[in-house]
Amino acid sequence: MPEPTTAPEPTTVPEPTTGPAATTAADPAERPSPGPDPAAPTPVLSVRGLRKTYGAAVVLRDISFDVLPGQAVVLIGGSGSGKSTLLRCLNLLETVDDGDVLLAGEDITDPRVNVDRVRRRIGVVFQAYNLFPHMTVLDNVLLAPVRVHRRPRAEARDRARELLTRIGLADKLDVYPDRLSGGQQQRLAIVRALATDPALLLLDEITSALDPELVGEVLGLVGELKRDGVPMVLATHEMAFAREIADEVIFLDGGAIAERGTPARVLDDPAGPRTRQFLSRLRAR
Amino acid sequence: MSVAESRPDQDPEPSRRPGAERAGHESLPESTHPAAGAAEGWVPSARQRAREQYRLRVRRRSVLVAAVSTLVVAAVAVVVIGGSSGWPLVRKRFFSASEMADAWPAVSHGLLVNLKLFVLCAAAAGVFGLLLALLRTLAGPVFFPVRVLTALYTDVFRGLPVILVLYLVGFGLPALRLKGMPRDPIVLGGIALALTYSAYVAEVIRAGIESVHPSQVAAARSLGLSYPKTMRFVVLPQALRRVVPPLLNDAISLQKDSGLVSVLGVVDAVRAAQIATSVHFNYSPYVLAGLLFLAITVPLTRVTDYLAARSARRRGADHRA
Repeated sequence: MPEPTTAPEPTTVPEPTTGPAATTAADPAERPSPGPDPAAPTPVLSVRGLRKTYGAAVVLRDISFDVLPGQAVVLIGGSGSGKSTLLRCLNLLETVDDGDVLLAGEDITDPRVNVDRVRRRIGVVFQAYNLFPHMTVLDNVLLAPVRVHRRPRAEARDRARELLTRIGLADKLDVYPDRLSGGQQQRLAIVRALATDPALLLLDEITSALDPELVGEVLGLVGELKRDGVPMVLATHEMAFAREIADEVIFLDGGAIAERGTPARVLDDPAGPRTRQFLSRLRAR
Repeated sequence: MSVAESRPDQDPEPSRRPGAERAGHESLPESTHPAAGAAEGWVPSARQRAREQYRLRVRRRSVLVAAVSTLVVAAVAVVVIGGSSGWPLVRKRFFSASEMADAWPAVSHGLLVNLKLFVLCAAAAGVFGLLLALLRTLAGPVFFPVRVLTALYTDVFRGLPVILVLYLVGFGLPALRLKGMPRDPIVLGGIALALTYSAYVAEVIRAGIESVHPSQVAAARSLGLSYPKTMRFVVLPQALRRVVPPLLNDAISLQKDSGLVSVLGVVDAVRAAQIATSVHFNYSPYVLAGLLFLAITVPLTRVTDYLAARSARRRGADHRA
């Protein structure tokens, strides 16, 4: 029988003295994952030793982390630290130069993988919204469900209307995106990414282009999604929001993970000098 | 904009001013909120009225200068041309109404040939040009020969004089004596024009495709759209909207160049005018043909200008987003 990787684990846990021998024999595959919880479910996303270079410049080195179901991993770090590049790698907008990215257990860095099929399962929200200016609000949301997922138009429209009602744009279905405020545009972009029910959401500094007074309405929506259990990886400069939403905070510095842990650990009690420097600079702003 | 808006109010204002000002002062205690004040009786300040009067003066002066200079130019033209010793003869040879009337049936009938050529060639060049542009944007080493061939095609046909292409296609293709090769000079001339203009159209559309920001492609691809679907639903709709004005520019040029098929012996408006001219050695039919061409191209030009202005306004709005 093929060994299930996680199922036999709980039974071995009650016996701590004989534990080491049993675990090493049972699951060599389980080894690299740093999961402290032995009953951990399969991660939605698992990144292992990811490396990305542009010519001689190494922009990401040895990046490893997991996103478990319903979890939010928050990437922080200065500009040029590699947050956006990492997110682009996860979505295969960039090809990685080493390491693996597993989406629900499937290695998506395999060159034989169909990138369009992978991207269908991942929703992305960009800093500059990247809405389609020639399409109405409704058509922006409908494009992927109808043209990619081949859902019946009527069904997709009902779902889109439901999502747009949720963000208060029910009366703007036939309006073009440039008639909306920045906050409305970014919430529309989030809804567009959600319309295909992705397994994972990638959010790349989605409030950086917004007026401060509009940031709240966008982050409020992201908080709701987190409560709904949508797994996500987000890059942000909003530390208060990171503290509220993150299950793990990863501080990137010069393309490497400089510090990681719970928000309380990393944000309130940073160990590394670079993390402290970064956070104090943000606070001074 | 503010000048245009405030101008209509200006003339009645000075007479009404004292009373209005008093009314404004009286209403002040009731509504100190600025928005409420604007909704009721807003009265422009003395500075604003001075500004508007100054703008009006400048405007009136520039209208006056333009009118005077136009009159002067027109008067000089009439005196110089009308006063020249050859003018009576030129008027008879080039602007004879009776000659034009005689030539009208043949020339206007020929113009229908030009219009037919224009419509068919525009459609063919549009479709073929779009195809060429799409082929040229294909990425990947597999498509290298395709990219080279399309680049070569556009280079050659944009570089050759249209009249040369007309001769080569019009006299060269039938000389091959291939089975099923059309011999009708109208068809051959149409093919030559479509070949040349599809090269222009391809370059314009390619420029449009390249003008769509890469972030649009990133957004589409990240939704799972394949490359062809990204092109069809996201890139091309935006690209084509942007290139409508330059494409219409090519259309005007095509309508004009449709007159060149006369070198193949097609009796179009130009050829018909030439025939009529040789009857009485009077050039008025040429002028008639020219006027008919203008009657078609000038409205097309106006439409182009209108669309260009509209798209410039749109792009201004796009920048904001």
